Amino acid sequence: MATATTTARPHSAPGAHHPVRHQPTWRRRLGAAMPHLVLIGYTLVALAPIAMIVMNSMKERRAIFSEPFRLPTAETFSLVGYQTVFERSRFELYFLNSFVVTVVSVLLVLLLGSMAAFALSEYRFWGNTLLALYLALGIMIPIRLGTVSILRLLVDLSLVNSLLGLILVYTAMGLPLAVFVLGLFFRQVPRDLKEAARVDGASEYWVYRLAMPLIRPGLAAIGVFTMLPIWNDLWFPLILTPGESVRTVTLGAQLFLGQFVSDWNAVLAVLTLAMLPMLALYIIFSKQFMRGLTQGAIK
Amino acid sequence: MSATVAPARRRRRRTHVLVFLAPAVVIYTLFMVYPLLDSLRLSLFGVVDGREVFVGFDNFRLLLGDDLLSARFWNAVGNNLVFFAVHFVVQNPIGLLLAALLASPTLRGRAVYRTLIFIPTTLSVVIVGFIWQLILSPLWGFVQTPLLGRSSTALITLSLMSVWQYVGIPMLLFYAVLISIPDDLVEAAYVDGANDWQVFWRIKFPLLLPTVGMVTVVTYVANMNAFDLIYTVKGALAGPDFSTDIMGTLFFRTFFGFQLQRGSSTMGATVATFMFLLILAGVLLYFFGWQRRVETYEL
Repeated sequence: MATATTTARPHSAPGAHHPVRHQPTWRRRLGAAMPHLVLIGYTLVALAPIAMIVMNSMKERRAIFSEPFRLPTAETFSLVGYQTVFERSRFELYFLNSFVVTVVSVLLVLLLGSMAAFALSEYRFWGNTLLALYLALGIMIPIRLGTVSILRLLVDLSLVNSLLGLILVYTAMGLPLAVFVLGLFFRQVPRDLKEAARVDGASEYWVYRLAMPLIRPGLAAIGVFTMLPIWNDLWFPLILTPGESVRTVTLGAQLFLGQFVSDWNAVLAVLTLAMLPMLALYIIFSKQFMRGLTQGAIK
Repeated sequence: MSATVAPARRRRRRTHVLVFLAPAVVIYTLFMVYPLLDSLRLSLFGVVDGREVFVGFDNFRLLLGDDLLSARFWNAVGNNLVFFAVHFVVQNPIGLLLAALLASPTLRGRAVYRTLIFIPTTLSVVIVGFIWQLILSPLWGFVQTPLLGRSSTALITLSLMSVWQYVGIPMLLFYAVLISIPDDLVEAAYVDGANDWQVFWRIKFPLLLPTVGMVTVVTYVANMNAFDLIYTVKGALAGPDFSTDIMGTLFFRTFFGFQLQRGSSTMGATVATFMFLLILAGVLLYFFGWQRRVETYEL
């Protein structure tokens, strides 16, 4: 169908002069292949470095340097790097910490953000616009600028080196965008539906629950936007939770890499391990991921 | 209907609003707004005999007046602007080219390209930093020049590494705009005798301009508080010879201290205040200098 529209175009415009039709076939073929060449080229630029790391993480040391572009063969295959990682650091614990922090923060952002967005878009009350503006301020101002006082606050609350402290900071970080974007989605929920529920005697909490499934694309978009920076953050784990038992994967990898910088097997293994979960999650859910991002972007 | 609303119901309605809003507002205020304001306050304080006292603009005077400190400060501001300039100059054309190719209606396999090209964006900056450090390592020998080791090339190399990671975002945003342009509009131009080149620059590009502006301001804010990449690859000292020092690393060193330099909360807060002012200046420039002048078209 797609090709039909292009070939049909000259016919639909008989007066227009179309040089394309007079070009020799090979030039037209090249023209059609060009986008693919560029896109494949850039895909290689994007993926080759990652592939190099993953591939070489499963080779013995000598092969990493002598034949870096070859896939591991039976002779060069070795998992010694991974062995070092699990013997010398507690990577499984770091994974668990990152997982807990990310999942709890994202859920809190989605829950609290949608509640606030619902209230702001649903009810008229004194100071509504002002409150919406107040919450939106945080979209443009990076929370990192308040780090000095965040650290002091967490010290006062005895939340340093605690996952809860990290979760609260990340929740505050994710809320502004969530409230703003989810508000746009809530405004599109049909009024009749909410009014019908109210006439049936539903409480406001029930009306909120009823509206939730209708803003699912918004929730997906915000989930993605919120999850990535939290899982990948180095700054706050470095400052707020440097302790071994509460270390996240990103910080764990950073410290391990600094320590084992000359052990290429271990370095390649740690890099592969650290990127694997997000990569797997991304590839499995890439369709939803892209839809969420594109939809969030249009908003 | 409002006349029949009983006072009890009205009050209950108000509690709903409170329940919906309070958690988000409290967490956001306590962990984001308060620390940001408190940081601004701290920049006006100094430590005398172990006690915090109000010193007015002394910290600012010290940061801009002291020979060593002001040299470091302006160096970081300049480097940060270069970091941003490289992003601006490189990521917009690449993002635009990829988006335009992806949005062409005859292209097959678009979802695959889009998904693969976006992969680096999902990785943690720590991983990206190390991947490139290994790839560019003279030990591996793909690149003979130590690009990251020379002060003339290190900053540009790091900026390009960051572009490599994040180019998926402009690509996706531009792509979202391009596919939302109605076919009639484009077809009409072809009927009028426009060629592909003219259609892109006269019709699609003006529609993309608001998004270019948005991408630019978001990139600026992110760049101005970037830290993870430089810290991962070059450490807190941002070598060689501070040639890769940006605001984020300067903030970190000033707050926590490094080697001979002693850390100071109040001086750290002062650097954070400057970062805030730089970000504010950029955002205001965007809103008043760009967004008001660029025409936005309703599609």
